[in-house]
Amino acid sequence: MHSHREPDVPLTVEDPDFVEPVRYDFGVSRRGFVQVLGAGLLVVATAPAAAQRAGGRPRSVSARLHLGQDGIITVLTGKVELGQGARAELTQAAAEELRVPVERVQLVMADTGAVPDDGLTAGSRTTPSTVPSVRQGAAAARGLLVELACKRWGVEPATVEVRDGVIVHSGSGRKISYAELAADAEAGKALEQTGPSEVSVTPVKEWRVLGTSVARPNRRDLVTGAHRYASDMTRPGMLHGKVLRAPSYGAELAGIDLEPAKAMKDVVVVRDGSFVGVAAPTTFRARAALGAIAQTATWKPAPHPSSKTLFAHLKEHAQSGGEADNPFAAELAQAAKVLRETYRVAYIQHAPLEPRAALAEWSGDKLTVWSGTQNPFGYRGELARALRLGDDQVRVIVPDTGGGFGGKHTGEAAIEAARLAQAAGKPVSLRWTREEEFTWAYCRPAGLIEIEGGLDAQGKLAVWHFININSGGAAIDTPYKALHARSRAVSSQSPLRQGSYRALAATANTFARECFMDELAIAAGADPLGFRLAHLENPRLRAVLEAAAKRFDWATRYQRRDPATGVGLACGTEKGSYVAACVEVGIDRETGRLEVRHVCEVFECGAILNPRNLEAQVQGAIIMGLGAALREEMQFEDGKLPTTNFDKYLVPRLKDVPQLDIQLLDRPDLPSVGGGETPIIAVAPAVANAVFHATGTRIRQMPIRLGKEPGGSRAAERARPPAHASG
Amino acid sequence: MDISVTLTVNGQQRAITTDPQRPLLEVLREDFGLTGCKYGCGEGLCGACTVLLDGKPAFSCLTPVSEVRARAITTIEGLAAGPALHAVQEAFLAEDAYQCGYCTPGMILATVALLREKAQPTDAQILKALDGHLCRCCGYPRVLAAVRRAAGRAGA
Repeated sequence: MHSHREPDVPLTVEDPDFVEPVRYDFGVSRRGFVQVLGAGLLVVATAPAAAQRAGGRPRSVSARLHLGQDGIITVLTGKVELGQGARAELTQAAAEELRVPVERVQLVMADTGAVPDDGLTAGSRTTPSTVPSVRQGAAAARGLLVELACKRWGVEPATVEVRDGVIVHSGSGRKISYAELAADAEAGKALEQTGPSEVSVTPVKEWRVLGTSVARPNRRDLVTGAHRYASDMTRPGMLHGKVLRAPSYGAELAGIDLEPAKAMKDVVVVRDGSFVGVAAPTTFRARAALGAIAQTATWKPAPHPSSKTLFAHLKEHAQSGGEADNPFAAELAQAAKVLRETYRVAYIQHAPLEPRAALAEWSGDKLTVWSGTQNPFGYRGELARALRLGDDQVRVIVPDTGGGFGGKHTGEAAIEAARLAQAAGKPVSLRWTREEEFTWAYCRPAGLIEIEGGLDAQGKLAVWHFININSGGAAIDTPYKALHARSRAVSSQSPLRQGSYRALAATANTFARECFMDELAIAAGADPLGFRLAHLENPRLRAVLEAAAKRFDWATRYQRRDPATGVGLACGTEKGSYVAACVEVGIDRETGRLEVRHVCEVFECGAILNPRNLEAQVQGAIIMGLGAALREEMQFEDGKLPTTNFDKYLVPRLKDVPQLDIQLLDRPDLPSVGGGETPIIAVAPAVANAVFHATGTRIRQMPIRLGKEPGGSRAAERARPPAHASG
Repeated sequence: MDISVTLTVNGQQRAITTDPQRPLLEVLREDFGLTGCKYGCGEGLCGACTVLLDGKPAFSCLTPVSEVRARAITTIEGLAAGPALHAVQEAFLAEDAYQCGYCTPGMILATVALLREKAQPTDAQILKALDGHLCRCCGYPRVLAAVRRAAGRAGA
C-alpha cells in the first residue's frame, strides 16, 4: 500500500463534481438508530420520482428523519459541513416542511453507519439535490403524521394544520404533537405500512424558514473551541501516527532500517510494501521515530518533468495530439480578423486550514474512522478496498471539517491511520503536516488552453474554437453566440497528482474565454461590455452582467485612461448559476506591484435559501479567487515541490481584501442551485482585463505576472509575519 | 531526557513530565485535551495554534514547553467565564465571523490581545494584528467586522 501514489482512479478531472451517485442504503436496523438517536420514531419517507429531477434524471426521493420523544427531530444526511453552510441549509429545509422552529431540528451528518448516501459534498449539489430531498422527505413525513392524526380523529386532512410541531384540528380543538406520536407504538406500526404518498413542498412565497439567514446551528462550539474536528478526536489508548514520504515524486523505497524506531519506547513500526509508518503515544515521539528511520532510507528516484517545461509537457502528451484540429479552418480563412492565443493556468493547492486527518479504531474486524472528507461513502469504499474489507465492516464518521474546497475527496490519511491502528492494536490518530498537504495532496489541474477566434466584417464572432488540455471541461461551452463554435477538453499526462477544486476547470475555462473575448472586443473596435452583450442571449447571464456594469459605473470608469489604474470585467455561468464581476486594479509601474482595489460582483443562483450564508460564500470565493489569480502556484523540479508552507505559497490575508461590492440577485421564480463555487470564476479574468486596460499588456496566464517577478520580494517579506513573536 | 514542569493553563496549575522540546501546542492538545488550539502549519505561518502567554499572542506550535513554565497560558477554552462568553467571542458570533471555524480560536485570541493593548484600534492596527492569521475560507470581511464590533464599532 502506498496511498499517495495510487493511480488517480476516483480523481479524474470531471468525475468528482459531476457524478452524484443516487444510491440509498436501507440496510441499517431500527436498533441501530435507537443507539444513535435514542427513543422515538424513524421515518423513512419516500415520495414519487416525478416530484423531483436532478440533472435531467428522474430519481426517487428519500430522506430519513427521526422524531424524538423529546420533540427533537433528527435529520440524517450524507452531506458534510466544511464551512459552506450545509448544516444550516438542511436544517432550514426540514424545519420549513415540518413546520417547526429550526431549534427543534438537529442534523446527523455523514455517518455512514446511520445516514443515506447523498453522494459527495461537491459540485454545488447540496442545494439542488439534497435540499429538495430533505424537503420532500420532511413534507412526506408531515403528510403521513397528519394523515395518521386525521384517521384517529375521523376528520379530513384539509381541516387540520401544523403549528410548531403540533397537529391541530381547530374545529374540535384536538391536538397531538409529533413528540406524542413518536411515543406511540400504534403510530409507528401505521407508518411502517404506509406507502409513498403524494407530497408537495411549500411554495417559495410561503417560505418562513427557507429564504432567511439562519446561522450555523453549532456556531457556539466554533468560538469556544469546543467543536471537535477529526484532528481533535480522541479514543482511549490512542496513538499518534506518522508516515514516511518519498523525498521526491515517484521515488521508490529501496531499503530502510526500522530498528532505530523499534528500539524506542512504546513505538509501533509498520512496513507493508512501500508503506512505512510509525505510531507512538505522542506526536513528538512519532516524529522522532520517523526521523530516526527516515535517515536510513535509500530511494530510487524517478524522472519527473520540471514546472518550467510543464506546458510543453502537457501539450506533448495531450490525447489526440491536442492539435488545434479546427474543423472550421475554411471559415476561419474567410474571417475578416483572426486571433489565436494560448492561456496557461498553474497547478494550485487547496490548502484547507485543517490538513487531512483521521482517527481509526478497530473492533475485531470492524473499522471505524473519524475523518474530514467531502466523500464519506467513497471513502468507506476506498478503505474497504485498501484493507480488504466489506463495505459493511467500515464506518466513516465525518465531524464538521476544517475546509475542503474540493481537496478532500480521497481517503489517504484514513487508510494510513487504519493500517497503523491494525498493527498497533490501538486507535491511531494521524494528521498530515502542512508540508505533506502541499506535496502529496492532489492539486487543481494545470491547463493549457488554445483558442482561435474569427470576426466577420461587422465585428461579429464568426468562428470560435477552444481546446483545454488537461484541466477539464467544466464551463467550457461558450455562452456567446458564434456562427461556428466548438469547445472541448482533452486529457494529458499530469506530472502532479490532480483532482477536483472549487469550481474545477470553470475557473481556467472562464479565464481563457473572458480574456480572449476582451481581445476580440478590442480587435472589433468595441467596448468589452458592449461586445459581450452583442453576443449574449442568455437572459440570466445578461442580467448579472448588466447589473454589475451598472453598479460599478462601467461606462464612466472604462473611459478613463490612467496607466496606474485599470478596470476590467468578466462573466460566466456554471452549475446553473450566473456571475459577473467588474474590478479596478492599481499598478505601480516601478515595482510591478499589482493591487486589486475594488471588486463588484453580481451573482444569481435562483431562489436564495439563506442570504447571509450565500453572501459569505460569495465573499470567500472572490477573495480565494484572488489568491489563484495573483500569486498561488505549485512549482516543481526533479520531482521536488519547493512550496511546502505558507511562507512560499501566498494565500490571501486580511490586508489583501479589496473593497467588495456584492449583489445577490434573488430569483424566487427559479429553482435554487448552489452558490459556493461559481462566484470564484469571474475574478481572475476581470483582473487580467483590468491590467490590459491600464497597461496595454495582455495577461494570458494564472497566476498573473507583470513581467517583473511579483512573488520574489513579497515572498521574502512574508517569510515570517511579524505579528507575534513566538514564545 | 524528560523534565517535570508545572504549567499555568487557564488559571489552573498542571504538572506533567515530558520532553522539554515538545511544542506547547502538542502538550495542550495531547496531554491536556485542549484541542481549541489547532495545528495549521507547524511553522508559525498561519496563526491557528495561537495561545496567549501572559496576555500576548504566541504561536504554540513554535513554543517549546520548557519555555513557558513561568508564564500564564490562556487558550480559547479559558476565555468564557462559565456560560457567559467573552465579548470577542460574542462579537464573532454576532457577525457570523466563521466559515469552517478552524482559524476562529486563533483569530479570537489575537483580537483579545489586541483589544487589551489598544481598546480602540484603527483598521490598520487590526490588519497588522491579524496579518499572521490565515482563513482559507477567506471569511476576512466578517472577521474585520467582528473585531470592529468587539472594539465598539458595530456596523462600522
